Amino acid sequence: MQEIHSLIGGFEVALSWFNLLLMLAGITLGVIIGVLPGLGGANGVAILLPLTFSMAQHPGGQTSAIILLSCIYWGALFGGAITSILFNIPGEPWSVATTFDGYPLAQKGRAGAALTSSFTSSFFGALVGVLLITFLSPVVARFALRFGPPEFFSVYLLTFCAFVGMSKGSPFKTIAAMMLGFALAAVGIDTVTGQLRLTFGFTELLKGFDFLIAVIGLFGIGEILLTIEEGLEFKGAKAKLNMKVVLETWKELPRYWKTSLRSATVGCLMGIVPGGATPASFMSYGLAKKMSRDGDKFGTGVIEGVVAPETAAHAAGTSALLPMITLGVPGSPTAAVLLGGLLIWGLQPGPLLFTEKPDFVWGLIASMYLGNIAGLIVVLTCVPLFAAILRVPFSIIAPIILVICAIGAYTVHNAMFDVWLMLVFGAMGYVFKKLDYPMAPLVLALVLGDSAEDGFRQSMLISQGDMRIFFSNGLVGGITALALLLLFWPLISRLIGLARGRAG
Amino acid sequence: MQQSSGEKAVGSVRLWESIVALLFLVFGSAVMWDSWRIGARWGGDGPQAGYFPFYIGVFIVVSALAILYAALRMDAAEGGGPFVRRGELKMVLTVFVPSIVYVFLIDNPWFSLGIYVPSALFIGAFMRYLGKYRWIVVAAVPVAVMVAFFLMFEIWFQVPLPKGPLETALGFG
Repeated sequence: MQEIHSLIGGFEVALSWFNLLLMLAGITLGVIIGVLPGLGGANGVAILLPLTFSMAQHPGGQTSAIILLSCIYWGALFGGAITSILFNIPGEPWSVATTFDGYPLAQKGRAGAALTSSFTSSFFGALVGVLLITFLSPVVARFALRFGPPEFFSVYLLTFCAFVGMSKGSPFKTIAAMMLGFALAAVGIDTVTGQLRLTFGFTELLKGFDFLIAVIGLFGIGEILLTIEEGLEFKGAKAKLNMKVVLETWKELPRYWKTSLRSATVGCLMGIVPGGATPASFMSYGLAKKMSRDGDKFGTGVIEGVVAPETAAHAAGTSALLPMITLGVPGSPTAAVLLGGLLIWGLQPGPLLFTEKPDFVWGLIASMYLGNIAGLIVVLTCVPLFAAILRVPFSIIAPIILVICAIGAYTVHNAMFDVWLMLVFGAMGYVFKKLDYPMAPLVLALVLGDSAEDGFRQSMLISQGDMRIFFSNGLVGGITALALLLLFWPLISRLIGLARGRAG
Repeated sequence: MQQSSGEKAVGSVRLWESIVALLFLVFGSAVMWDSWRIGARWGGDGPQAGYFPFYIGVFIVVSALAILYAALRMDAAEGGGPFVRRGELKMVLTVFVPSIVYVFLIDNPWFSLGIYVPSALFIGAFMRYLGKYRWIVVAAVPVAVMVAFFLMFEIWFQVPLPKGPLETALGFG
């Protein structure tokens, strides 16, 4: 029960007035970010990251900084549900399944019940995810201490192959977007040989591309351009949430305990795999529909149809942080941005973090518990306020968001070149989104490109260029084999489908 | 501002799919070429600097060709649809072009205004042009927003942003 002991230590770190205040501020900011179009979890955290630079230099400030940022993440997760239910606009891809029953419920005048059950199931899902992190991450970290370069590279390989295997669209588009990220990550001075790579004579490119700029451009500017294309006017259901509705809904919720547990399990399992939150939410919605007694009523506005995807999405969103803190491999763009934050503050995420910075790690884990409790309270009490933000006309909100993005891009390196780059990434994000190129793999490749390449190079050095090193023992071989299975999954599933079609 | 569906499209999905795939093809080839230039083989002491990026370039070229092939084979229902309608593109450009002007005004070799004044002008222009607000509102909201940002960044979090003549005149330069 070493974990319990460490966790109590973590609570001591997290439970200072300053940190509690940061939690509330983070959650509130996060919900606002999640509610606003063009500002999601990933680029919201990216924009606010520079604000923590000076904070992280004080003693204990790194913990405060990660608490602020992770609470923004929780807040954004909660906020996504508000827009899905009230406005039928999924704030994040994993909120899409929430609109299936959430919006019909709101139209039937049961918006309060839909919101309450969504927030409560989010909370439950996150709680299961945090419990998993609490007890599993020290084990994973201890295990990963034995990892050498080939093992790390095989984990990266698994991460990226999972994107190909799980993508719904063309696998080639996923590969193209991902490789674009890797290529952009390679731009600049090569750390090993000192040679210039892919700069084509432009001195501005010497420093390479910062993924934070890419995140702000692709997700922020790109999203705004897409939203404005539709000539956006929000038409939302009225949100009223009083204690009576909350309590009534809470009385109803225990009925769906089976769905909750199943969804939380699906979410946790899928969340550890990169890009898992979105498929997890769809999968658990589908499972709930198949297994529920009122399965045929799904889609017309049933509470259970909100419970399933929300629980899974939050369980996945939370457990996505597990590989990030234990292995230094983020499972989602937002986790990638948090990882970027750790690196900027001078922390190296990975197995050593648990032994070298236990205060930080356990403070973060404790703040996940507290942050989600704070989040539940904030969203339950402030829904009308957040819904009111969406009623601010787009002609005011859109330019303000663009200004915030520009400021965010500038503050990363205090460079105007980055702001121009942000505009380029914005245009790219718009075209990519229209043509169904996935952006998460691009961002993750940009973040992990250098580490993945280092792992690959070191492995190649060890083996003197022999690729069989990735199958040299059971562990690395198993991970590599799993990665290849996922990579070719689109092909395999098509073959299975063909075989079945012929048999039937 | 809903556009009628009969409006002219700016290129079909098939056309734009092909254009983007060709751009990927060019980019991937450039990556391969540059990596080969600096050495993409096995050096005396291990893989050369271009070793990893070279294969990245290969992957980009191969997937670009696959995407191009899929785009050219699209049937009329899938590939013949509009990529973007003219009215939609107009809306997108009314946001994107002013954004370029805005970034230009913040910092350029001739008359840099800092971030605060162009931001206020940018927000004000949107409110006037798209929102049709009265001038008094157009004047008040952006100034209030930027003062709030100023307090938050310069004073609370101590993150300096680009400043121009106005901030210098007020003694914050």
